[in-house]
Amino acid sequence: MSRHLGWAATFVGAAMLVASVPVVAQDASMEPAAACTPSDPPLSVIFIPKQVNNPYFDAAATGAQTAADELCGEFSQVGPQNANAAEQVPFITDATTQAPSAIAIAADGPDEVVPSLTAAMEQGVKVVGYDSSPAAGAYDVFVNQVDFSGVGVLLADWACELAPDCTGEIAVLSAAETAPNQNAWIALMTDTLANDAKYANLDLVTTVYGNDDPQDSATQAQGLLQTYPDLKVIVAPTTVGILAAAQVVKQQGSDVKVTGLGFPNDMREYVKDGISPVFGLWSVPDLGYLTYYIASLLVDGTITGAEGETFTVPNLGDYTIGPDSVVTLGPAFRFDASNIDEFNF
Amino acid sequence: MTETVAATSSEGRLGRMVTTVARQREASLVAVMLILGVFVAVQAPQFLSVSNLVPVTVLASIIAIVAVGEALVIITRNVDLSVEAIMGLVAFSVAEILSRKALDAPAAMAFGVGLGLVLGMFNGFLVSALRVPAIVATLGTLSLFRGFDYLIAGGKQVTLTELPPGYTDPARWTIVGVPLFVLIAVAVVVVTSLVLRQTTFGRQVYAVGSNPDAAAILGIRRGVVVFTVFSVCGLLSGLAGVMWGIEFGTINAGAATGVTLQVVAAVVVGGVNIFGGSGTVVGAALGALFLTLVSNALILLRLSQFWLEAIYGLVILLAVAADSFVLRRLRRTFTGRRSR
Amino acid sequence: MTTIRRLVRWEMLLAILVVALIAVGATVSPVFLSANNFSNLSAALTEVAIMALPMALVIIAGEIDLSVEAMLGLSCAVLGFLWAEGVPLWIGIPTVLIIGALGGALNGLLVTRFMLPSLVVTLGTLALFRGLALVVLGPRGVSRFPEWFTTFGFRNVPGTPIPWPFVIFAILAIVLGFILHRTWAGRHIYAVGRNVEAARYSGVRVDRLKLSLFTLSGVVAALAGVIFTARFASARADAGEGMTLTVVTIVLLGGVNIFGGRGTIPGVVLAFFTLAVLGNVLRLTRVSTEMQSIATGALLILSVVVPMVAQQLKLAIERVRRDRHPPSVGHIAGAEAAGGEEAI
Repeated sequence: MSRHLGWAATFVGAAMLVASVPVVAQDASMEPAAACTPSDPPLSVIFIPKQVNNPYFDAAATGAQTAADELCGEFSQVGPQNANAAEQVPFITDATTQAPSAIAIAADGPDEVVPSLTAAMEQGVKVVGYDSSPAAGAYDVFVNQVDFSGVGVLLADWACELAPDCTGEIAVLSAAETAPNQNAWIALMTDTLANDAKYANLDLVTTVYGNDDPQDSATQAQGLLQTYPDLKVIVAPTTVGILAAAQVVKQQGSDVKVTGLGFPNDMREYVKDGISPVFGLWSVPDLGYLTYYIASLLVDGTITGAEGETFTVPNLGDYTIGPDSVVTLGPAFRFDASNIDEFNF
Repeated sequence: MTETVAATSSEGRLGRMVTTVARQREASLVAVMLILGVFVAVQAPQFLSVSNLVPVTVLASIIAIVAVGEALVIITRNVDLSVEAIMGLVAFSVAEILSRKALDAPAAMAFGVGLGLVLGMFNGFLVSALRVPAIVATLGTLSLFRGFDYLIAGGKQVTLTELPPGYTDPARWTIVGVPLFVLIAVAVVVVTSLVLRQTTFGRQVYAVGSNPDAAAILGIRRGVVVFTVFSVCGLLSGLAGVMWGIEFGTINAGAATGVTLQVVAAVVVGGVNIFGGSGTVVGAALGALFLTLVSNALILLRLSQFWLEAIYGLVILLAVAADSFVLRRLRRTFTGRRSR
Repeated sequence: MTTIRRLVRWEMLLAILVVALIAVGATVSPVFLSANNFSNLSAALTEVAIMALPMALVIIAGEIDLSVEAMLGLSCAVLGFLWAEGVPLWIGIPTVLIIGALGGALNGLLVTRFMLPSLVVTLGTLALFRGLALVVLGPRGVSRFPEWFTTFGFRNVPGTPIPWPFVIFAILAIVLGFILHRTWAGRHIYAVGRNVEAARYSGVRVDRLKLSLFTLSGVVAALAGVIFTARFASARADAGEGMTLTVVTIVLLGGVNIFGGRGTIPGVVLAFFTLAVLGNVLRLTRVSTEMQSIATGALLILSVVVPMVAQQLKLAIERVRRDRHPPSVGHIAGAEAAGGEEAI
């Protein structure tokens, strides 16, 4: 009797699973726009961000969806809950199995994703890196959102601007320790600080990592305030980190200033409070838009990713592919009290 | 564990000896913390500053509240691994409710505590009514609750700006210089401690944990006791989740990940025996404070963060070894039998 | 009902579940039945599955080892550290396996010689090993491993859709299955799990057995760390975080009783396939990870609740039957209804 009960329960469970899947699957994917004729085979691009519960990548996704609608292609986004390379790889392999036209990926770690991306490319799937680069060779094109050295100089500049007389201790609050983009920016900022006499009196005392997690970042920021009582500026080149640092500074009533890369909507209050008078970013939706377009150009053969190729993207302009197949979106914006109210993202 | 009930004076003496040991454990924890505190204060004077002690004790209070709940469960010879998921789910739900302005702050917080209670009751139901072993049940609910958390989050987070203005201020309120959260934690510890020591229910909790067969013979309803402690643990985890949200502001679905290890470590360090039947909630709360202080000390002494986990591990091992050693000695002395 | 029959029934349930899930998968995704997909299926859970095999033995013997994910991390970190220092892999790999054995032996000694409860001991070593991994390697990652190594980790046996690490899993499953089900050592493991004192009195070297099992668990976790490094072409100190939960879930789902004394290797293998197919189907249909988490948690709970509820119902029905037709001889043993020991 219990034997039958057990089987019955299993069947019921399996049936429920079957019934639930189509319902949930519909919510997860996004439908392509009507009123245009898709190509044959249809252009389908799967975006795999560093993590899915991150507003930065959601903003990029809106740009990508716009591009998908214009090009009459399909767009969907999957990814891990945590910005962790080991969790990201199964999404890459499963995406490859679905044989999309292209995969766009913001790598959690440059090397960990190489075997799976290489396998995808071998199967004819185009790979476009964006935001955070896989190791060179494991992608067709990498869309850099901003000129690295430009950002490095800007971060140093803003720290200088916020430290009294460009003098004093500063610290960096970054994302994950493996994040290639943050590490590149920080390295260039450190170079700038070391080589330019203008910054001679700024002392970068430490770099801590908040893993793009709000709690971790807040705890790290608190640690900075406690460990370095003479700290003048926290530089956080991550939208999660800068917000957490500003919150902590405000909560503690501290004099430390916060700068880095952040969303205007998040940071507006801190600009007005004087905690974060200047910071920057770029148009994140444009990043997604450009990435999708580049994917489509790779798929239809207009470009191959070789250095020196040029192409044009509507609404954004002309681009040239640089060394290591890198394309740069453009310069960063600076946000401060004079323009903070003009932006809404 | 097949010791027979020996309603002799030696068991009574054993009970009193165990209490003395527990007192000594609490006292030695306090002593260790004082020594540690002095050491750190000498090396890094900002340790004693208000701006350091307040956030540290606030965080310790949150963990201590959960540790009290976990201690109750462990005393009954069970374990609740799902506390971090309850905290996370409550923290996110409250944040989401506030961001949508569906309820005002007090109502949302009450909802959060109530949600914790309900989740704890679900755990209690699984363990007492359905007789699922606690470790399996709470392992399952750990996944289940966290999964629901991610599901309702839908990949978003609630940022500070979406919360009512001033919502996170209570984390920094102090009354006569003592942070509000610390007072709340102390209140929780005092009330729970009184219930455990002065009421019949409290004695039943210990009885169920130390000798379930004897407890059954004495007519104690094990199911009711176990259900209650799991419910209380859920309620306290919910309260801690609400406080977590007030402390951190920005909440995403991963909130409170890793808290389970901290809480179990705190309880073990605080002298609660993993086999059940002994230990105090005061000890558990002190354990939570101790571990938070160690973490803070590492930061201030500029030691590599990476030693923290290894130290947690060593501390747990030492605490358990010490406990086990002492209790076995006592048992051997008083019951004249080699226990396993 | 004999143990064999009860176990066979559980494995049948799992097998049916796997088939049902495969059917679901084939229906909802056109690529599900491709060779490519089979390869991906097992890949994500490879290390977890490998660690689940000795874990099953440990739990059947009445203990538990929560530190496996941290030993994986430690092994990964040490391997990376040695590689970065120029030590060749043919020295590095055996070194980490030895470290695994030592770590496992530490667990075993603390449990047997010092008589500490394994739940807390391995909780402590979980933190300790992870901490050591972080001290050894810090936050950095080590990469640029030789190609043969990363090919082994990621690619399939040539000409088949079977990933190399899966071969290791299969071999380990066969070996441990043989030991558990066909040798005296296996019978001792069951005996110790059912009644440790009785086993001791019948001459089973309980301490030696438990020590060996913990050591085995440590070595296999270290091996899983090597495979993890190969698969991701990168060594990091946080490797394996969160895996212990999944390992224990697979073991329990496989029908191993948490109190010890019951469970089979085929059950664990089937449970692995169940979770692997479930995860794969969910990912392919772009159902989020949270559903997977919910499904895993629910499966785990159901795997214990369903048999228990079924048993209660069966006993209730028997009671009704007994009241209607009182038996002439004795009681039907209601001993099962009283449940096992109330240990954790």
